Amino acid sequence: MTKRQVMLHVNGRDHETWVEPSDTLLDVLHDQLGQADVRYGCGEGVCGTCTVLLDGEPVSGCLTLAVQAAGHRITTLRGLMGPGDALHPLQECFLRRGAAQCGFCTPGMVLAALDVIRRLGRPTRGEIRDALVGNLCRCTGYTKILDAIEEYADLAAAQP
Amino acid sequence: MVAPAFDYVAAGGYDEAVRLLAERGDEAKILAGGQSLMPMLNLRLARPGLLIDINPADQRPPSLNKGVLRLPALTRHRVLLEHDLVRRGCPLLADAVRHVGNVRVRNRGTIGGSLAHADPTSEIGCCALAVGAEVVARGPGGDRTVPAGDLFAGYWATTLAESEVITDVLIPAARRRQGWSFLEMVRRTSDFAIVAVAAVVDLAERSAAIAAARVALAGVADRVVLADPELVGLAGSTADEDLDAAAARIAGSLEPADDVHASGAYRCRLARVLTARALREARDRAAGAVP
Repeated sequence: MTKRQVMLHVNGRDHETWVEPSDTLLDVLHDQLGQADVRYGCGEGVCGTCTVLLDGEPVSGCLTLAVQAAGHRITTLRGLMGPGDALHPLQECFLRRGAAQCGFCTPGMVLAALDVIRRLGRPTRGEIRDALVGNLCRCTGYTKILDAIEEYADLAAAQP
Repeated sequence: MVAPAFDYVAAGGYDEAVRLLAERGDEAKILAGGQSLMPMLNLRLARPGLLIDINPADQRPPSLNKGVLRLPALTRHRVLLEHDLVRRGCPLLADAVRHVGNVRVRNRGTIGGSLAHADPTSEIGCCALAVGAEVVARGPGGDRTVPAGDLFAGYWATTLAESEVITDVLIPAARRRQGWSFLEMVRRTSDFAIVAVAAVVDLAERSAAIAAARVALAGVADRVVLADPELVGLAGSTADEDLDAAAARIAGSLEPADDVHASGAYRCRLARVLTARALREARDRAAGAVP
């Protein structure tokens, strides 16, 4: 199939790139644009390791075509970090609580958690669990992930 | 896995999508939310030559007019879950959609795409049957209306013609003295339903007796099914025992197959238990006893 040129707006920067129509957003972000925080896990939209924000809403990078994302705002976890790759406060909570072991699922976990906190303010532990059903972790057993997210939600709720 | 190569075109309107479908025939597939089609491509279960993306075709929000809730085909599950008109006009659907996939699936998945995909465990298809929804399908000859009861033809198959596209879903808005219930059994949250039941019960205007009841089930056949009204047969009833008897009649009429997720016998038992609970909840909700 013919490659086509698209403009992808990723983490505040424009990238002009050539893609196949069948290239997923995950393929292009990870393989062409070097976004190592967007990861191939299952390819079926189940595991959440390729989570990105499309115009601010979490979507699966493996189920979105790169051509569809042209003209939209794409945000990966790195787009939420501070200058010089300063950690996001939720990442600090993950570190403090030991919520990342191999770290493969962490970017998707953080994006999904920030989404539910943005929507609900201070979600209950049950609401956080519901929001994370689409993010699989194979090492922590989830308890520390939930602890970290609750700690951050408390911090965020205390901010004016 | 990686999807086989395909071509892609963004359709600016439904008419353009219909024209492309008519030209390219069975090698083309409509891409709506992509939450079922894209996994099928990535797993190489489908190999279309062309994807026709209808996402740019329609930006209309839900609307409620003269007792009919109109949901444009591209209405996302997230909108079904949160939109005030959907919560008022079809609370059954707004509640059921929380069982669909995960946050990312609900952000992208659409009601039209879900119905066209025709999964036999679909929560949305099950609700469409229970509320008596109709879909508007556009083809080369114009629009036609298809009752949900005539839409499903078998595993992932509908009665739509090859060059037809769903543009709208029309739902009779919820009424006074009407109650609903949606219940499903899954092994893990967000899994496909083993069995799901949607019930809608209308009570008589001046008594606690049931005027009409509709029950639809998912996960019990090669498609979502609406229980035969004669089997439901609850007009004039009020008692729990009547509802339980109706549930037993409905479950007794099903012949679900065994598969890796559950045996047919277990699905039958689930159908009976969940239908009985759903009918009670819908009745109580119609009477104002349940929020």
